[in-house]
Amino acid sequence: MTKPAPTSGPEAAIDVIKLTRRFAEMVALNELTLSVPYGVIFGLLGPNGAGKSTLIKMLTTLLPPSSGTALVAGLDIVSQPKHVRRHIGYVSQMLSADGDLTGYENLLISAKLYGLTRRQRNERIAQALQFMELADAQHKMVRHYSGGMIRRLEIAQSMLHRPQVLFLDEPTVGLDPSARHSVWQRILQLRKEFGTTVLMTTHDMGEADYLCDLIGFLHRGALLANGSPAELKQALGSGASLDDVFVHYAGMSVAEGGDLRDVAQTRITARRLE
Amino acid sequence: MLPKPELPPAVWNSSAAPLFLQQMSAVAEADIRKLIHDPVELLTRMVQPVLWLTIFGQVFARTRAIPTGGVPYLDFMAPGILAQSVLFGAIFFGISLIWERDLGIVHKFLVSPAPRTALVLGRAVSSSVRAIFQAVMVYVVALLLGIHLRFSGDALLGVVLSVSLGASVFSTFSLIAACLVKSRERFMGIGQVLTMPLFFASNAIYPLEIMPAWLRWLSRVNPLSYQVDALRGLMIEGGHSGFGLGFDFLVQGMILTILVAIAAKLYPNIVT
Repeated sequence: MTKPAPTSGPEAAIDVIKLTRRFAEMVALNELTLSVPYGVIFGLLGPNGAGKSTLIKMLTTLLPPSSGTALVAGLDIVSQPKHVRRHIGYVSQMLSADGDLTGYENLLISAKLYGLTRRQRNERIAQALQFMELADAQHKMVRHYSGGMIRRLEIAQSMLHRPQVLFLDEPTVGLDPSARHSVWQRILQLRKEFGTTVLMTTHDMGEADYLCDLIGFLHRGALLANGSPAELKQALGSGASLDDVFVHYAGMSVAEGGDLRDVAQTRITARRLE
Repeated sequence: MLPKPELPPAVWNSSAAPLFLQQMSAVAEADIRKLIHDPVELLTRMVQPVLWLTIFGQVFARTRAIPTGGVPYLDFMAPGILAQSVLFGAIFFGISLIWERDLGIVHKFLVSPAPRTALVLGRAVSSSVRAIFQAVMVYVVALLLGIHLRFSGDALLGVVLSVSLGASVFSTFSLIAACLVKSRERFMGIGQVLTMPLFFASNAIYPLEIMPAWLRWLSRVNPLSYQVDALRGLMIEGGHSGFGLGFDFLVQGMILTILVAIAAKLYPNIVT
């Protein structure tokens, strides 16, 4: 059995320190401690309701913690949220690209929000469109894009300001296999070109196995296991897959987990991508 | 593991004020670009003021029952109908925030380094742009109905400022309501409940002097009254502002400042 890594180092891209979030009586995340080194693609796995999205919301400063804190790119999410936001990119589980704007306009608005100068905007938008293979479709309304194109656009938007840490909340939910592969390639390329640290959630064990250098398994607000995919599988015995690891830690609670909002959001996203 | 990357250079290049303006205008720009792609909303908003001016206004002008300080009744009510049109457009503005929250667009804005105040003011600017379009259309209808409008530069500038302030006040108020109720259904209910009392408890279609004392008191704490009062002093020939233009703008400016501060504080609640 792999134990959660003892954490906290100044060189970690993400240092979560006894982070807790309560919603009334419910404890969504319970004194979570976790460390993600720079340049790593870290997969956060767990059944619906495990606390993955709550953790991402806190790390991206969308939700204040009840207690504890975290350092993202060396900055404290509680005392320095404004500074944290300069160094992170975020792609939510929902389709956050605006369907009523063109791809170019979506990128332009993001670039302005992140304070890029006119010259930087022109350069980086052109690079992003090229990198994500969206140049030909840049003046099309996003509502006419395919699911894979929308996800690529969203990742491009989140990378315009060259963040050190990128948060991806189920980036390939609802995508067909070829679109999924195309998104995977872009994530790997981002890490290679910019050294971006990626923290992503997924329910697709194949995706986690293919993309992630490290995986943390979250269940009922606690980190049950943390290690490389190979280590996690090995701990369960030879021939074990990540699916087996998932079932081992989540048990039968998979069918019970997640609130209505989580499930509805995932379904809405999947439906919009069809 | 890779070495710690260098800090990105972009965000710190600009000094605070131009950066704030850039971020605020980015929020407004997103909305205005959508309006340019699909301007149907602007046309549909034209229907209500046309009906008020052509039906209600023409009928009531014949009764001569409302004291208007020597100006024709249609002239008297035109500023009120413009203010009403701005109010009705802006008061439901918050629903777009709930809609964008459901789509994940608001999350993206909140995770950006843009200050919450810039996000709130950006929406107010976008609401103001809509209101200015509405003003242009009301002017066109008013001209067709023979209403005596003022076209001097200072009067037109004052109307633009007044309409923008009014739209900003009510759209920011609407944003606060959206952050509190968080659901479309509840928001629609609140919007319906608020619009008519705000309109009728104001000087939009009758003067304060003929109101009972309790209603006059209500209308004095109603921001719409100050918008109408300013418009009445600026928009029509022979019209005058009862409270004084300076006071009208001061009250609206103060209300807007307070509302923006509250909205900036509440804005992140929409995603929790």
